[in-house]
Formats: sequence, C-alpha cells, structure tokens
Amino acid sequence: MLSYILRRLAFTIPTLLLVAIAVFTLVRLIPGDPVQLMLGDAADPAQVTEMRRALGLEEPLPVQFALWLSKVAVGDLGNSISNGLPVLPLMIERFQVSGVIVLLAVLCAALIAVPAGLLAAWRQNQPLDLAIVTGATMLLSIPTFWLGLLLLLLFGLKLGWLPVVGYVPFSENFGQALLYIVLPIVTLTMVEIGVMTRMSRAAAIDVLRLDYVTHARAKGLPERRVLMRHVLPNAFAPTWTLIGLILGNLLGGIAVLETVFTLPGLGRLLVDSIFARDYPVVQGCLLFTALIYVLVNLVVDLCYPLFDPRVQAE
Amino acid sequence: MKLRGNTLVGGTLIGIVLLTALTAAVWTPYNPLQVNLRARLKPPSDLYWLGTDEFGRDVLSRIMAGAGTSVLVALLTVTFAVVVGVILGVVAGYVRGWTDRILMSVNDALLAFPGILLALGVMVVVGANKYGIVLALGLAYAPSVVRVVRGTVLSVREREYVEASRMIGNGEIYSMVRHVMPNCIAPIAVLSTSMFGWVLLSESALSFLGLGVPPPAPTWGNMLAASRPYMETATWLGIAPGLCIAFTLLGINLLGDSLRDRLDPRMAHA
Repeated sequence: MLSYILRRLAFTIPTLLLVAIAVFTLVRLIPGDPVQLMLGDAADPAQVTEMRRALGLEEPLPVQFALWLSKVAVGDLGNSISNGLPVLPLMIERFQVSGVIVLLAVLCAALIAVPAGLLAAWRQNQPLDLAIVTGATMLLSIPTFWLGLLLLLLFGLKLGWLPVVGYVPFSENFGQALLYIVLPIVTLTMVEIGVMTRMSRAAAIDVLRLDYVTHARAKGLPERRVLMRHVLPNAFAPTWTLIGLILGNLLGGIAVLETVFTLPGLGRLLVDSIFARDYPVVQGCLLFTALIYVLVNLVVDLCYPLFDPRVQAE
Repeated sequence: MKLRGNTLVGGTLIGIVLLTALTAAVWTPYNPLQVNLRARLKPPSDLYWLGTDEFGRDVLSRIMAGAGTSVLVALLTVTFAVVVGVILGVVAGYVRGWTDRILMSVNDALLAFPGILLALGVMVVVGANKYGIVLALGLAYAPSVVRVVRGTVLSVREREYVEASRMIGNGEIYSMVRHVMPNCIAPIAVLSTSMFGWVLLSESALSFLGLGVPPPAPTWGNMLAASRPYMETATWLGIAPGLCIAFTLLGINLLGDSLRDRLDPRMAHA
C-alpha cells in the first residue's frame, strides 16, 4: 500500500512542475511588456526600469523561473494589479463559492447516477434501460450554460420561487445562502448525471457478465443482494475515477456557470482577470485550479484501492 | 435495432447542421450582420421566423451563420489536434526510448489538466478570435490523440505482418504508413467524433464567456450570452441558439455511440 501511495505521489511532481513551467511561460508569451502593461502607457522610463529590476525581469529566464517558483512554493503569488490585494487570499475566498457548488453537485449526481446506471445495466436492452440511456444521452447534450439560463428563466423569472442574481455567503445566512446556490447545483447535477449514468451502466454491464455473478445467482441469492453486494462494489470503481476527473473539469469550466448565475467564484475571477489583463491573478488562478485538479485526482486515486483492492497488488 | 436508430437520428441531426452551415456560406434570409433599429426585439413572425435581436438582426440568419462558424471552428480544431496528435504519437511509439519517455510525460501532464483551463490559458496569449480558439482547443485536445495513436503503434509494430513487410525489403516508413497506420484509423475516427462534440461545446462556452469568437460575428455561444439581458422580455433569443447546440451535441453523441459500437468492439456495450 505504501509503495502505491509513494508511486502515485511521485507521479504528481512532474505534472505540477510542468504546470508551473506552462503558467510561467504563458504570461511571458503575451505580446507586449508586462511592466508597461502594469504601469500603463504613461509610465516614465525610469520607473519602468526600476520595476523591471524589482520584479527580477532583468535576470535570465531560468533564474526568473527559480525565483518565481520559490515564491509560489511559500504561497506568495504576488498582488492583483487591479486592486493591489494579495492573490492567494483572494483566490481562496472565491474558491469557497465554487468548491461548495461543485462538491454538492457531484455528490447529488453520483447519488442519482450510480443507482440509475446499475438499474439500466441490470435490465440491459429492455425498455427501462433504453429510457435511462436515452435520458442520460439527452442530459449529456445540454450545455450547462443553456440549462442554467432556462432554469433561471423558469424558477427565477416566471415562477419567482428562487432569486435570480447574486450570492449570500454561508457564514452570513445559511438559509439564504442555500436559496442562492440551489439552481447552480441543480444545473450542474443534471448535466453530470448524464456522463455518470453512462459510465456506471457500462461498468455494471462488464461486471454482470462475470462468472462470479452467475455463481451468486446460481446459489439462489435474491437479485437485490446480487446487485448490491456483488455488482455495485466492483462496478463503482471506474465511476469513482470518473468522479475525480469530473470534479477537476467542473472546476476548470465553472466560469460559465458562475457567469449565468452571477456568482463570485474562482472561475469568474479568472475570466474577469483575463479581461482586466490582471496577469498575477490569471497566473494564480490557473496555477491554483491546476493544483486542485491534481490534488483531487491524487486523493481519488489513493482511495481507489478501497473500491478495487486489485490495484495496489499490481 | 437500437444501433440503427442511433445512427439514423444522429446522422440526420448532424446532416441538418452541416447542410445549414453550407447553406449559410452562400445564402441566409437576411444579412446576419445587418442592423435594423426599426425591427428591434421582434418576436417570431412570417417576416422573421425566429424573431430579431436587440439590434434588429434576423435571428434565423444569425443561427445559420453561427452554424457555419461553429462547424468550421470544430472541424479545423479536430483536424489540428489529429494531425499534431498523429505525428507525435507515431514518433513516440516508433522511436521509443528517451524521446518517447519525454514526449509521454509532457503528454500525460497535459492530460492531467482540464482541457478548458488549458484553452483559457492559451486564449490569454493569443486573444479572442476564431483562429485563437482553434489553436487553444487543438492544443488542449491533441494529447488524447497522441495517447491513442502511440498505444496502437506500440501494439502493432511488432506483429508478424509488419515484420513480414520489413522482411520483404519494404522501408520502415513504408511499413509504418502501409501496415501500422491503418490500425489507427478506427480509434481516431471514434475519438474525432467525440472530440467534435467537445470542441463545439467548449467553443460555445468560450464564446459565451466573451473569450471565443468576438461579436458581431454570430456564434451560438455569443448569441446566448447576448440574450441574457432580454431573457424575460425576448425569450426566443435564448431558446434558438441553445436548442441548436443541444441538438448538435445530441447528434454527435448518438453518432459517436454507433460509430464506437461498430469500430471498437471492446467498447460495444459502453
């Protein structure tokens, strides 16, 4: 088990290093002088030279990278150009909004999709299966932002049940906060149900074909027990990996949802900073999201042997 | 039976989209960019089948032109990703050794990274425009092609028939192209189909955020974004582009399923 964990940990290091190099290079590839951009066109040349030296831009690139990385490693991602605030606390504050929504949505989706997939696999090629697969494929085909807009139109504007614009932090008013994030969560859940149901169905079909399932049935176990005790645990493992990927991907793509529902999340921060040319924040957001993605997948992989003990034996 | 249904429905949907895109290249009912302030926000009617937007532009014409843009961007992106992916995948699988190891660690690192985030990063550098998206999304999706191609090359290159081709004096490159590459066609076809769907979705998401194809050029994504302020008063503005994206994706998903069933027997039931 320990060697599995160590191997998996070692695997994340080149990924993280590459991500750091990519983010570092990206900002240097942007046409134009970053200092000029930061200070504006009216900056006087002496000031520009001074800032270049202060930022270490006069050094050769590898030295710049090393300096930057050593700062990043201790959480110093610089300050936002637009409002001068340090980047890290800003991101953490925004991440709380996105994180809660993504986690709850994936949890809800898994609770619905895993049983649905199992049920479809159990009744493979029968009307129930066809209905579930068709439903999942349709959900899969609806873009998040459109579904969000439709739900907003229906429940927010036409029926007036839920607030349309804004966000209340959980620390301020729990009930209100919940009210504001219901629609975003429902939207994400519906879209993710599609992917997850198909995956869990495919995995369950693979398992249902195996001899030990036939054996379980042959010894007279009720179907319910065959499914819950013998099929579900083995069929869940691939879905579990998918859940990790989905968590990360959602975080990367959440800007769209946050735009629809005007939520002050991490994705929105990234997009707004891109528009504002606030490169320290852009850099920070890209790095932070990638780090979370790698960490989520690390945790998912480390938990994997719990669902499929064969893995660590390899 | 289910299989044929998928192919039929998926094929029809994609056929309609392609036909619309082609038609829009030569003809649309109105000029999709023509502003007409006297016909602002008109609901669907005989004159304007899908209504008009906040500048009095015909929504149907814009939907058609948007199909053209989306299909073009998606096709270019998939082609770009496949070309880059095939070249790198063949090199990695063929040369092996250090080249392979370095290529694949970079590739795996890229794969361990949400595609849309990578695309956002690239958009920061290249700026919001049509070809920027192709580059951004192409780079984001090429790594999956590399992986598939390399895997196929590795599994096939030592087979007897490839060995036989070398024996009878065919050059390495000839043997690769003639005997190894054809094995990659099926997996690439399956991957390209789903990639087309992802790219279309990502492009509309980027355009929705204002980081994709810039206005006034219509795309389904930026039309949806523009419809937001008028959601309550001019519902039709938000319905049509969304339906178009959803139907195209549904078509791609159905077509992808049937293609996979046919070409990739290992995944037949997935």
